[in-house]
Amino acid sequence: MLIAIILALVVAGSILFHVLSPWWFTPIASNWGYIDDTINLTFWITGAVFAAVVLFMAYCVWRFRHRPGHRAAYEPENKRLETWLAVVTGVGVAAMLAPGLVVWGQYITVPAGAASVEVVGQQWQWAYRLPGKDGRLGVADTRAVSAENPIGIDPNDPAGQDDIVVQGGEIHLPVGKPVALLLRSVDAVHNFFVPEFRAKMDMIPGSVTYYWVTPTRTGTFEVLCAELCGVGHPYMRGTVVVEAEADYQAWLDQQQTFKQLTTPATTSALETRAGARPPL
Amino acid sequence: MVDLTHGGDGHAAGHAGELELYHPTSWVTKYVFSQDAKVIAIQYGTTAMAIGLVALVLSWLMRIQLAYPGALPFIDADRYYQFITMHGMIMVVYLLTAVFLGGFGNYLIPLMLGARDMMFPYLNMLSYWIYLLAVLVLAAGFFVPGGPTGAGWTLYPPQAILANTPGQQWGIIIMLVSLMLFIIGFTMGGLNYVVTVLQGRTKGMTLMRMPLTVWGIFTATVMALLAFPALFVGAVMMLFDRLFGTSFFMPSIIAMGEPLDTAGGSPILFQHLFWFFGHPEVYIVALPAFGIVSDLISTHARKNIFGYRMMVWAIVIIGALSFVVWAHHMYVSGMNPGFGFFFATTTLIIAVPTALKVYNWVLTLWRGDIHFTVPMLFALGFIVTFVNGGLTGLFLGNVVVDVPLSDTMFVVAHFHMVMGVAPILVIFGAIYHWYPKMTGRMLNDAMGKIHFWVTFLGAYAVFFPMHYLGLLGVPRRYFESGDISFVPPSAHTLNEFMTIAALIVGAAQMLFLFNLVWSLRHGKPSGGNPWGATTLEWQTPETPPPHGNWGAERPVVYRWAYDYSVPGMAKDFLAQNDPGPGAAAAAPVGEGAR
Repeated sequence: MLIAIILALVVAGSILFHVLSPWWFTPIASNWGYIDDTINLTFWITGAVFAAVVLFMAYCVWRFRHRPGHRAAYEPENKRLETWLAVVTGVGVAAMLAPGLVVWGQYITVPAGAASVEVVGQQWQWAYRLPGKDGRLGVADTRAVSAENPIGIDPNDPAGQDDIVVQGGEIHLPVGKPVALLLRSVDAVHNFFVPEFRAKMDMIPGSVTYYWVTPTRTGTFEVLCAELCGVGHPYMRGTVVVEAEADYQAWLDQQQTFKQLTTPATTSALETRAGARPPL
Repeated sequence: MVDLTHGGDGHAAGHAGELELYHPTSWVTKYVFSQDAKVIAIQYGTTAMAIGLVALVLSWLMRIQLAYPGALPFIDADRYYQFITMHGMIMVVYLLTAVFLGGFGNYLIPLMLGARDMMFPYLNMLSYWIYLLAVLVLAAGFFVPGGPTGAGWTLYPPQAILANTPGQQWGIIIMLVSLMLFIIGFTMGGLNYVVTVLQGRTKGMTLMRMPLTVWGIFTATVMALLAFPALFVGAVMMLFDRLFGTSFFMPSIIAMGEPLDTAGGSPILFQHLFWFFGHPEVYIVALPAFGIVSDLISTHARKNIFGYRMMVWAIVIIGALSFVVWAHHMYVSGMNPGFGFFFATTTLIIAVPTALKVYNWVLTLWRGDIHFTVPMLFALGFIVTFVNGGLTGLFLGNVVVDVPLSDTMFVVAHFHMVMGVAPILVIFGAIYHWYPKMTGRMLNDAMGKIHFWVTFLGAYAVFFPMHYLGLLGVPRRYFESGDISFVPPSAHTLNEFMTIAALIVGAAQMLFLFNLVWSLRHGKPSGGNPWGATTLEWQTPETPPPHGNWGAERPVVYRWAYDYSVPGMAKDFLAQNDPGPGAAAAAPVGEGAR
């Protein structure tokens, strides 16, 4: 009896904890509400199954406890019941999988016209790159990294000259516009995770990975590294500031291009001299 | 169904064809360099428990750091990551795999199948000693310069071999060498288990009459033989990268401002190799637990396991499917995102046979005659924690749902519940169940019940709330998380609660260890078959069974393993070697009858 009660209390306690828990999703700030919906749907289905199985077990434990003279039934198989249970389980699983796959299809398909922001991880800080006036990012390579060129933009690619390089871990994004985050690392595996965006992806040295979001509300959000990248992993933080278009433009105007960064201040007056790039 | 027993009479007891057993002549060959599977089983079990205690202490240290950062001044970030790595690797490989396959596999396969020993006893002995060497090498990591590796138990390159990762100097080498030794030792044991199941069964023991325990261990062993080689080659390649400057897993890298002399390698290649081993590994631990818990429930509910044939097929199907789901650990790894569709589908399909197993356990309780023995309590605890942990697997397996939850505390909570707590509850239940056979004495019941309730409720209290930190967004593998902007102070209180619960659960294990030792001398004498069980290991002429197990004649099997409460019988069980009232009784499910 006591055992049945404790089992029932485990179910009741788990449900109560779920309902009363102050620890829940951070308020969402992106278009990925579908992900939250799928999680909530999964909670409903799995919660019902958990409660049903454990409560049924509690009932059996109470109803069929050993008593003198009591004897178990003998029933090796029951084809109908087993088939029925298999079908119901299959339907429940499909009900969770189908929306999950649809949303995954959206997650990995960057909409046409999305802006590009490159994120570069290195132990243990974030840097960013935005395309300049030409609208495209120049070629980048880990082997080009140097003190003056911390994210490895290829100095020989003209398309990279006007790229905007943002260091210091803070990036600004305009609200309401889809943005593709192109992820790159120069050392360990990192992961660019903004909990309010619900999205993440590892960044692998030697390749470019991606995901996309549309920020849906303004605010300042913390960036966490979500893949163990060495002892500094928990301190690898950054900031995303989502703001209105005008504020974003004001911020953008203050940023420096790759060319400005790599051209020593003393020679900047000579910039007009065509093709004269400082050796790197 | 085809009768697969070899020749039916060729190897029957007393005949010329019986395997010649090696007979020990001294104390050393009997108890130290023993070739007896039962001694080897106990050696495996005690070694695994010893190294498991190290992992338990490490978990305490990590929990204390998470709840009371800085309280133990010797835990810095380096140490913390070393503890995490060693805790994970010890628990998954050196404890769980070793206990289920090396421990219960060795003890139960020959006894349950009516064999006198494993087919290759000498190889079996070597298997244990290489395992012990692997454990010693692993433990040596704590004493080498720089300490053990702190790369996380997944050992992802490039981080695992970058200069600023703790243990980069020696620890990572030690870890890889130890894993390779473990795999070599396991392969020797594993081949043994497979051959013994296929060739060593006694007369009448068809495959479809084997207890589910043997089915679980057998299938898990086949899987391990196929999965561990992937880890082995991964370890060799990483060792080459670390020692000889190859670039299997190393692309061009700028480490702390300095370019490394590597190029062209693929970090993701290692992840694929690791998880091609790593996911089957989950089921290598789970399938023996499934099998054992089926037998515990059936025996202590005095009722045949419900849907035996479906249970067998579910084990085999889960084993096969588990080789095509590995990349669900890599949804956000940066692999081709199109793979997500395939792996999410296979992963959720595997939920169906797994759910059917759960239903069948509960339906075995239905209309049973449930005795609340300690093994039964642990079996009930297993069902609760396994259902809980299995269901959260449906979150993480469903690719897009995994995106926000991956790499958070939700994952930590999920896999601890499903492949930590649940299988360990089965291990405990199994020890309470088979200890009388191993020693001839019962474990103390009162201590057993305290151990169960504290462990079950305590572990649930640690890991159930932990999911919610993950929903909040708290990443795993954070040395401290107090300063994250969205983490409220209440989460800190929750962390303290989980830590206190973890310390209490750990303390309860000391009571268990005490019980193991105390009952050796003071336990109630058990007799040969204290639970009234049907399987062959309970029908040995002597308890504990001596070398050779069966005396002059090996048993002959007449029925399946689940003839409990057969209608019309006075006793509530019929042993597998019991010819039954009308001596020519047919097997109840109509199979293998001759």
